[in-house]
Amino acid sequence: MVMTETPIIRIRDLNVHAPDNHILKNIHLDIPKNKITVLLGPSGCGKTTLLKSLNRLTDLYPELKIKGNIYIDDDDILHPERDVSQIRQKMGLLSQRPYPLPMSIFKNVAYGLKLKGITKKDEVERRVQEYLKKAALWDEVKDRLHSSAEQLSIGQQQRLCLARGLAVNPEVILADEPTSALDPVSTQMIEHQFQELKEEYTIVLVTHMLRQARRLADYVVFIYYGKIIEHGPVNEVLDNPKEELTKKYVSAGV
Amino acid sequence: MNRKSLEEQFFRRLTQLTTVLLFVVLTWIIATILYRGIPAMSWDMITKVPQGGFYFGKEGGVLNAIIGSFYLAGGATLCAIFVSLPVALFMNIHLVKYQSFLTRIRLLLDILWGVPAIVYGAFGFTLMLYFGLRASLLAGIITVAIMICPIMIRAMDEVLRTIPRGLMEASYSLGSTRTETAFKIYARKALPGLTTAVLLALGKGIGDAAAVLFTAGFTDYIPENLLQPTATLPLSIFFQLSSPIEAVRERAYAAAIILTVIILLFSLTGRGISTLYKKYSANGND
Ligand SMILES: Nc1ncnc2c1ncn2[C@@H]1O[C@H](COP(=O)(O)OP(=O)(O)OP(=O)(O)O)[C@@H](O)[C@H]1O
Ligand SMILES: [Mg+2]
Repeated sequence: MVMTETPIIRIRDLNVHAPDNHILKNIHLDIPKNKITVLLGPSGCGKTTLLKSLNRLTDLYPELKIKGNIYIDDDDILHPERDVSQIRQKMGLLSQRPYPLPMSIFKNVAYGLKLKGITKKDEVERRVQEYLKKAALWDEVKDRLHSSAEQLSIGQQQRLCLARGLAVNPEVILADEPTSALDPVSTQMIEHQFQELKEEYTIVLVTHMLRQARRLADYVVFIYYGKIIEHGPVNEVLDNPKEELTKKYVSAGV
Repeated sequence: MNRKSLEEQFFRRLTQLTTVLLFVVLTWIIATILYRGIPAMSWDMITKVPQGGFYFGKEGGVLNAIIGSFYLAGGATLCAIFVSLPVALFMNIHLVKYQSFLTRIRLLLDILWGVPAIVYGAFGFTLMLYFGLRASLLAGIITVAIMICPIMIRAMDEVLRTIPRGLMEASYSLGSTRTETAFKIYARKALPGLTTAVLLALGKGIGDAAAVLFTAGFTDYIPENLLQPTATLPLSIFFQLSSPIEAVRERAYAAAIILTVIILLFSLTGRGISTLYKKYSANGND
């Protein structure tokens, strides 16, 4: 598959093994900069595992054996001597369910700034506001910045997690079904933010909703049992799938 | 009607019954202590150490035991925190990967939790002799700390276990290191539960007699350093209760009131701390 854009992430021969399961098989994939790439595929096909490999969250699961190369800006992040914290800060992860940190709304966002070494009070305040606005949450929380983040609704928490992720200034946003726990209104908000965010960030999005894929994706990757079956611009893959498996999946899902 | 609702009825009744029973027994215990202890209660009891003839019903109080218990339980709890918190954190952050190993550690701790206090007392006594210590505050603190460590570790472990894995992943995803994840995210999330765990252990430490029987000694004076023996409330109650003199036995109940009130105060403070914490943790500084 030809991709004209410059790839920010290049995955080469990525294989992930669990003790009794070959989860990802020979993944070879380029993810273009400042685009939304959607990962599609049936449950259990390895989408989450692929995302977690991209920020080495797979390190937390020693039972997983990972082989291959993942280059981000030409750095091989799978190299054992790379500083994981740095890699993870380049690759913000938005998980399926929001997990706000056990502190105030303000501090949730300021936490990332602090990790980055930004501690001057007025700059922190300015940036927190900036990121909350980027995540479309500012207006709803500006009067209660110092109350606990756990009191927010799930939809608000998810946007807070987005703001928190943006605060570490990532290059890539990895989003694992970020709207699956949300109501339609919050979903729309997140989707809208994604459209805006791709100006500055590269987004890799896992979703089960074909309609969401249609609305957001520039590129679609269809994965089946750990293999990439088909991969290309959204209209090619979703409207004119070449592979039998993709056809089946797309027609069942619409 | 049908079997299901009958079953449900039965179990509801059963829980009601046990609740009532528990309540009755508790009230009975407290009523007994109050009934027998209040007449013997006096200002002297909590402000004076035993004077000559205290154990024959003459004047004095149990200040030695009150202070001794505070020193002992406080010191032991402090020591236990320094061991238990890192261990519980280690179990839940570094060892989560090795579930089967973790299960074995938990089982071991549960067994240690169940070991009778007197065994810890005997163990402490052996240790004490080995190190050439005499029955003292220090030996008591060490023994009680060893005894309450498994309790504290397991109670903290249970608290930390309920913290969702996703929170840890969220913390790592932001680029936090393990240490940052442990102390800034985990510990913070867990603090109210951890407070309860500490108080649970403190309650056990302050109320236990068997562990300090051989190790802390007993004295009518307030210890001035770690190497002096110390009195404790449970032992003080025990000695007074074994007296043939009625007035002395009555004062054992007064001492029991004091111990109960102290434990009550601890648990109320704990409650207060965790409520306050929940309310203000959002604003608090790191
Ligand atoms: N740590 C692990 N140990 C063993 N097997 C694992 C582990 N993590 C994932 N797997 C297996 O790998 C496969 C892919 O899991 P993954 O979570 O990546 O799927 P997914 O595509 O994200 O599914 P879903 O759409 O349901 O979220 C599954 O069969 C899963 O059981
Ligand atoms: Mg998944």
